[in-house]
Amino acid sequence: MKRRPNYLAGAGSLVWLVLVGLPLYVMLAATLRTRQDYASKGPLSFPGDFTLDNYTGAFDSGFGRYFLNTIIVTVCVVGVVLLLVPPLAYAIVRSRSRVTSQIFRLFLLGLAIPAQAVIVPMFYLITEAGLYDNLLGVILPTAAFCLPMSALVLSGAMRDISPELFEAMTVDGASPRRMFFQLVVPLSRGGLSTIVVFSALQAWNGFLFPLVLTQSDSTKVITLGLYNFQTEHGIDIPGLLGAVTLSMVPVLLIYLFARRALVQGLMGVGGK
Amino acid sequence: MSTQTTSAPTAAAASKEGRRRPDTAYAARGTRPGFLWALPATVFFALFAIVPLIAVAVLSFMSWNGLGSPQFVGTDNWKRIVDDPVMVKSIWLTLLLTALGVALQTPLSIVLGVWAAGHQRNRAVISAIYFVPLLLSSTAVSVLWRALLDPNFGIPARMTWLFGDGNLFGEQTTAIGVLAFVSTWQFTPFHTLIYQGAARAVPQVLYQAAEIDGAGRYRRFFHITLPQLRNSVITSMILMIVGGLTTFETVLILTQGGPGTDTTISAYYMYQKAFQGFDFGAGAAIALCLVVAATIISLIVVRVSGYDKMRSDMEGVS
Repeated sequence: MKRRPNYLAGAGSLVWLVLVGLPLYVMLAATLRTRQDYASKGPLSFPGDFTLDNYTGAFDSGFGRYFLNTIIVTVCVVGVVLLLVPPLAYAIVRSRSRVTSQIFRLFLLGLAIPAQAVIVPMFYLITEAGLYDNLLGVILPTAAFCLPMSALVLSGAMRDISPELFEAMTVDGASPRRMFFQLVVPLSRGGLSTIVVFSALQAWNGFLFPLVLTQSDSTKVITLGLYNFQTEHGIDIPGLLGAVTLSMVPVLLIYLFARRALVQGLMGVGGK
Repeated sequence: MSTQTTSAPTAAAASKEGRRRPDTAYAARGTRPGFLWALPATVFFALFAIVPLIAVAVLSFMSWNGLGSPQFVGTDNWKRIVDDPVMVKSIWLTLLLTALGVALQTPLSIVLGVWAAGHQRNRAVISAIYFVPLLLSSTAVSVLWRALLDPNFGIPARMTWLFGDGNLFGEQTTAIGVLAFVSTWQFTPFHTLIYQGAARAVPQVLYQAAEIDGAGRYRRFFHITLPQLRNSVITSMILMIVGGLTTFETVLILTQGGPGTDTTISAYYMYQKAFQGFDFGAGAAIALCLVVAATIISLIVVRVSGYDKMRSDMEGVS
């Protein structure tokens, strides 16, 4: 096949590169300059005086604590998902029970429930359960809303395991439990890493549940910290962008080292 | 929701089934896992997603101010939101923003996705930058753009020849423009990924045959690539619509629904009603409207595109 350059698509992709790259450049440049320099010379100019105050300033205004809270939430959400989803997906793929297919249908429908739709009763239920302003009150609903997509992705991965392997283990007299631990889990590592990344991103980037279900500084997560920073010191743009940049660092690191798993995890995010 | 009734009656049906077909029951006991494996996740999901979903329907007929216990008030909340001009306006704004999102993102992400589907090395590098907005939370994206578009210290203030007084948040048209732009900036990479995967899955034979027939690049794009992307277009559009209906952070952080109520879309209005006006009943009623809209669309997802097709779209992703 002849390869001629496609000028239209090429030009479009360059325009898009500028649209994406420029704001990111302005953001990074702004975080390395003083507030005065940014205000007087404007966002598009080259940074004049170099400083790291915007990053240290973010930590001074409590972002260390917010980071810790976000890490706790993320680790726990991933833990809950890893505990619940593999057995669920195993049942979806292997069980012949009618109940299981109904359960699968329930989770498919669950894909379409937006967090916004349940936030009002969630506030009521979490308050009633005494979990208001408690990280556990953020972890549980966040994990629950990761389940449908994780179940879909992981059951897809488990379907790819060859039936002969199951038959072989059946002939050996293996129990469902043994098949799960010795066959299904080891062979669905790709799917497992996808759901880990997916649920970690959901937890790390989650905003609505923390916004509504927490209140005090000691339970604040990063996204909420950014929002508060913006409403309180919206005028200190370099400081604000420093905080935004810090919130991105862990995700960017995963992007560098586990790009494939991350992209697949992202595909699960589904336009949220 | 019909989902709430599934577990009990089907459990009965399954046990009856088991008696009629002993081989299945045996298989379930022996080498295949039973539904008990699915139970912990299902209970957890029911508790934190299905129960609130039922509760939102119940709460929409109750009055609650956040303290004390909710009181039953019949259709009072519904009457109020139907008569509320801000609510009616918010529905139109939601539809407008959703439509704008689809209209902007679909052509853009198809072109970028098809372009990025090529295997050249420079494309891999450039697409790595493309996908960065995807990694950011909606909060970070909105805060970033609020700062970049700041009326006093942002980019528009420096480019008054293009942006007039530099305040994009002061008028409805420009404020809606900002919201549509920021959503496009944030979500186009995601849809680009969908199209990239799908475009790579188009059989090369089709292009070779078209080339033998003398079809040019643009003809090949419109007569082969686009028709082959049909399922992805459906999937991606539905995701855009659901995403558009539930847009919240962007509005909260960028415009706070303003100027006035000119960008107050339904999800944001629900938040205002419930958590700023402490009118949780009305908030629940608006939320229920969102659920119904999202459910109808999701049923279309399962019907038209089928979840298994969504899976095959994802398999093309590298």
